[in-house]
Amino acid sequence: MKIVGLSGSIVGSKTRTAMDYTMKAIAEKYPNVEATLIDLAEYNVQFSDGRNYLEYEGDTKYITQTMMEADAIIIGTPIFQASIPATLKNIFDLLPENSFRDKVVGMLVTAGSPKHYLIAENQLKPILGYMKAQIVQTYVFIEEEDFYRKEITNDDVLFRIDRLVEDTVVLTETYTSIREAKEAEYDF
Amino acid sequence: MQNYRIDQSKGMELGIYTLGDHLPDPSTGERIPAGQRVNEIIEYAKLADQAGIDFFSVGESHQDYFATQAHSVVLSAIAQATENIKISSSSTIISTLDPVRVYEDFATIDLISKGRAEIIAGRASRVGNFDLLGYSLRDYEELYEEKFDLLLKLNEEEVVNWSGEYRPPLKDARVIPRPQNGSMPIWRAVGGSPASARKAGNAGVGMFLAHLGGPVTAFKRAVDAYRDAAQRSGFDPAELPVATAGFFYAAETSQQALKDMYPHINEGMKRTNGQGFPKQHFAQGVDPHNVMNIGSPQEIIEKILYQHEVFGHQRYIAQIDFGGVPFERLMKNIELIGTEILPAIKKYTAKK
Repeated sequence: MKIVGLSGSIVGSKTRTAMDYTMKAIAEKYPNVEATLIDLAEYNVQFSDGRNYLEYEGDTKYITQTMMEADAIIIGTPIFQASIPATLKNIFDLLPENSFRDKVVGMLVTAGSPKHYLIAENQLKPILGYMKAQIVQTYVFIEEEDFYRKEITNDDVLFRIDRLVEDTVVLTETYTSIREAKEAEYDF
Repeated sequence: MQNYRIDQSKGMELGIYTLGDHLPDPSTGERIPAGQRVNEIIEYAKLADQAGIDFFSVGESHQDYFATQAHSVVLSAIAQATENIKISSSSTIISTLDPVRVYEDFATIDLISKGRAEIIAGRASRVGNFDLLGYSLRDYEELYEEKFDLLLKLNEEEVVNWSGEYRPPLKDARVIPRPQNGSMPIWRAVGGSPASARKAGNAGVGMFLAHLGGPVTAFKRAVDAYRDAAQRSGFDPAELPVATAGFFYAAETSQQALKDMYPHINEGMKRTNGQGFPKQHFAQGVDPHNVMNIGSPQEIIEKILYQHEVFGHQRYIAQIDFGGVPFERLMKNIELIGTEILPAIKKYTAKK
């Protein structure tokens, strides 16, 4: 199983910090999973111009290709101006419209205000649904006060990250086995 | 339909097209050399001609896993190797070519083939040709529209005066040689969306409508949009032909056809498009109302007749060779078309 963690902003540290905990949880609990973290802050990604994802070059191609090859994706995102950052939306725009078909996608949200809680529900889930993802319905919402100097200080957040990782892996295994059984029935 | 050399009293036309893809056969993982692939395409056209199939076309794709970038060169070899079959491009990416050179090439192919050449002009679903041939993707739409208009003008007028954005002006330019009968059929390639179909209707030219899978009724929307746009632009839809083009595979049973074809399409699309073809969608391809023509010869006959009833189209063009299908299986399909499918389609669609 291949899981890609995507840290969706090029500024700030909270989302990356939470994604580091997430990747650590995957490595500890599921050592056989091939896990890759993509932090958009470390790459130079171009804006989508509508071409097929295979036709991009450099970092853009690396990121689109790595995401397309994943079985599951955990997206980490901050909330900017009551929405997801443009850098994350650009990643969705770079990919084909049904690119999350047969993939499980989980979400982790960091925000400066509890008022942002429903933004993932109202803005991120519809995009993932449109792109055919199997969504891990429960996401981890983390607030400013849960962090101190690039560490998560609230045990509840850590427990919720562990559960997100577990749910993502279990759902990926489940959907994969359902699909394999169904495909075997087709007999072609 | 005379301008398109289509005689509806003989029934609907059946054709074959290839994108000129050059992919490994998934059952062996081996890929034949490009030279063999190109020669097999020429041989494929010859066999189609001998089987009485009406039409054969070759596409142009400037990317990995394709072998007929110089599609007009391949078509000229086909022109000489065949006797009766109509030959065309599917499609010529007019946006990144010079319409004058395209017209010269195809007029020459028309002469070599004694009046059998047509041009289907498209604007590319992939963009490798823009970088390779020195064009900007920002001009995607305008390049196509301007060059397509010029191509039509070259077909209508032997002495041309023209100026535009993307090519030096033409002053009293004589574009020769002329096709055998002075002009030749030119079609617009449409990827399936009603919006794009509408543009073909506005231009008043034949529409080549490509489709992957899905219900026949979904593509009917594009056909309706095309005819409606043609009418609004002052053209008579009854004089404008519609061709549909998509996956085809005949075997003894539909299950066998699915088995034979699926790995080629799935693996081939992974390589060329970056995504496979979902099995669930492919399994629906054998449904009588699905636009993919996959099944036993009898099932395919019924599918094509149903499509004809819905679309009222003049030509269906089969894509059989995608994804490294071994040549002997292409031969078998041509035989089934020639002996079973074609005679039945002609019989039931001939207009009295």
